[in-house]
Amino acid sequence: MDQESGAASAGSFISLNEHEQRYYSGLHGLCQADTSGKLSSSKVAELFKASQLPPESLHKVTEVCGAKRLGYFGTSQFYVALKLLAAAQTGLPIRLESVTANLPLPRFVGLKNEPEMRYSTVPSCIDAQGAQCGSAPGSLIWTPTDRNTFRHLEAGTDKKEPWSPPRSPCSSPPRSPLTYRSYPYAKQRNGVDPQIAYESKHSSRPIVQLEQHSSPSKYGTKPTVEHPAMAQASSVERLEQQAVSDYTEDDPWRITEEQLEYYTNQFKSLQPDLGALILGAVAKNFFTKSKLPIPELSHIWELSDVDRDGALTFSEFCTAFHLIVARKNGYPLPETLPPSLRPGFMQHEEDIPDTHEDPSIMQRLQPSLTSTKQDLKEESSKQDVKMLATSQDKVTLQLSAFPERPEPPQDLDPQMKTKTRPRSYSSTSIEDAMKKAEEPPTPPPRPQKTHSRASSLDLNKLFQQGAPGVKSGWLLPPPALPPRPTASQVSHFIGASEKTVQSKVQQPNFADFSHFREEEESSVKPEDQGPHSRFGLSTEDMTNPSQQDMTAASHNQPPQKPVRRKYLPESQNLETVPPPAVPFPPPAKTPQKLLPRQKREIQQAIRKNRETNAVLTRLNSELQQQLKVVHKERVTLESQLELLRPLAST
Amino acid sequence: MNTNMAVCIAVIAKENYPLYIRSVPTQNELKFHYTVHTSLDVVEEKISAVGKALGDQRELYLGLLYPTEDYKVYGYVTNSKVKFVIVVDSSNTSLRDNEIRSMFRKLHNSFTDVMCNPFHNPGDTIQSKAFDGIVSGMMVQTA
Repeated sequence: MDQESGAASAGSFISLNEHEQRYYSGLHGLCQADTSGKLSSSKVAELFKASQLPPESLHKVTEVCGAKRLGYFGTSQFYVALKLLAAAQTGLPIRLESVTANLPLPRFVGLKNEPEMRYSTVPSCIDAQGAQCGSAPGSLIWTPTDRNTFRHLEAGTDKKEPWSPPRSPCSSPPRSPLTYRSYPYAKQRNGVDPQIAYESKHSSRPIVQLEQHSSPSKYGTKPTVEHPAMAQASSVERLEQQAVSDYTEDDPWRITEEQLEYYTNQFKSLQPDLGALILGAVAKNFFTKSKLPIPELSHIWELSDVDRDGALTFSEFCTAFHLIVARKNGYPLPETLPPSLRPGFMQHEEDIPDTHEDPSIMQRLQPSLTSTKQDLKEESSKQDVKMLATSQDKVTLQLSAFPERPEPPQDLDPQMKTKTRPRSYSSTSIEDAMKKAEEPPTPPPRPQKTHSRASSLDLNKLFQQGAPGVKSGWLLPPPALPPRPTASQVSHFIGASEKTVQSKVQQPNFADFSHFREEEESSVKPEDQGPHSRFGLSTEDMTNPSQQDMTAASHNQPPQKPVRRKYLPESQNLETVPPPAVPFPPPAKTPQKLLPRQKREIQQAIRKNRETNAVLTRLNSELQQQLKVVHKERVTLESQLELLRPLAST
Repeated sequence: MNTNMAVCIAVIAKENYPLYIRSVPTQNELKFHYTVHTSLDVVEEKISAVGKALGDQRELYLGLLYPTEDYKVYGYVTNSKVKFVIVVDSSNTSLRDNEIRSMFRKLHNSFTDVMCNPFHNPGDTIQSKAFDGIVSGMMVQTA
């Protein structure tokens, strides 16, 4: 982008801060640089005049910046000149050394002014409030200070946005902030201005922009109430006016409080549970209403979906929304996510239990696993240790896979989608523990090709049901909810033994997780809830569907999560383990108690798993046969089609 | 790991039209487009060679499709019949099979990310900057 290169070249010998860069490049664009980089001297002259400096100062500036010598204003000369103008306006002498000073932005009176001189009525800056200079909260966010806005907006724009200078405004003499009419931003020196600016109804708030009256020229169509933002715009605008002084940092990418609140409301309108995820399609519809071009939305999505799961958590949603807002204000989209928009930042802002943040889940999981592992070592049950060890290894693998996306291990190449991709959430440690438990008896024919998020037989079942099943199954997979019809099909296969098998299969979970519960109750439960809630099902919601599912459910699913939920009410029936609400005895005592029970349970678990495996094998073979049949049908149909084609081609 | 690797990288859809193709710009791209196109035949042949019944066990990485005297062509197919083709210079003998595999894996991951983007319609050409970045990282660096 030429602006950035211009800034870079200018910045090579003078240092411009971010806002200066943006501002200067905006001015640069305004002065209509031609292809050789020379700026139109008439425009530059106008600009200089607008700075309201005496002519001799202007001459001096021209001289010092080197344009006089060169005969034209190149980019670097222009930037130096702007710096010198700023210096002159603050009262510093016009010399090259001045450019290194920490200067505010130069200010210019409007050149070709539109009738709207609202901001000229703004009272002059007050030094005392200069301290709040950075205080127009997110005003930098709102202000389309960028040259893109020049391009977008015609001269007839009526958009004015306040802009608080980045720093050292206190030292500058009070001056009535004036705006260019031709420049879509104004400067201001105090916190009062934004309020007045807003009240003058040409606030730079993007919400206002989205409103009809704000900048029809920019958007062409008037975004009407179809955008949910509209409805809340006016109220939010008022809200924002009050919170002007919250702004503490002049970082345009920082989300302010009222913005956060607004995003929260928007999120809630899409998805009532703040801890849940917004699906890709839902988000797409929502963000398409913002009327940004699709490639940009695509880029925004790429930036904001940090865990790459095709859905947006609350923080991701805020990030995306914020980027859209910034983009609408004319800020260019960054190539990478700005640090203040990273999810870590968002987390600290909210109190939402970060169960939906999988890295945190994994991190909590690991301590729980390590502690349980240690406890298990005290017992002699090697199988559990092995299970946990392998599951812990898997968790570790996924933990490391989460922050970056390292190469998955070579040996897992065909399985890479199922196990090692960070988005394979279904393979949480509990599932792995379950899978490992299934393995010792006989290696089940695990359908590796299934989608990473599917539980073990989802795709097969979906295949049987065709499209409707696919749709429902697609949405449900991670919490390991089987689509109901498939459960019935499985029960058709399995027969009467299912119930007993189920209840017994539930026990292995119980066996596996009872000590989890006992030792790490709190950490397991959120972890349990985490994968549950990830796709929009709160744990409370889970109980009912899970119970229903479990009644007909196949143990083909990794029965862990729904089973456990169902478990809690049944816990009294089954074992002596007290309900989780009851505080457990300290870990020191439990190992001895667990030992005999553990063994018994493990043996039961093995037995159940064997039966499960047999059932699964049978099911698999039946499904394979069905697959073959369908293949044959398809082949015959294709051959028929081929036969008919010459007839049809006439 | 040396970033100088591929000379041309292409992503071809199931219906055998290109979703994304990029070559090192200095050379005439048409030649690479042609190469990729002819390599599709080899890909199809390899796909059909594996048994029908157990399609899911087909290896995704197809390996060296065919060598010419100037370059070598490697192929990779996803389960949804999207094909990745990498063309590397024959003189680049230091490239091992593992490296090619890892390149395909990265491509596949990146491609999956693109697919996950709800604003991307399957069948559209790939416009993602992240994908471009990954591909550039794998291409031969021009001076």
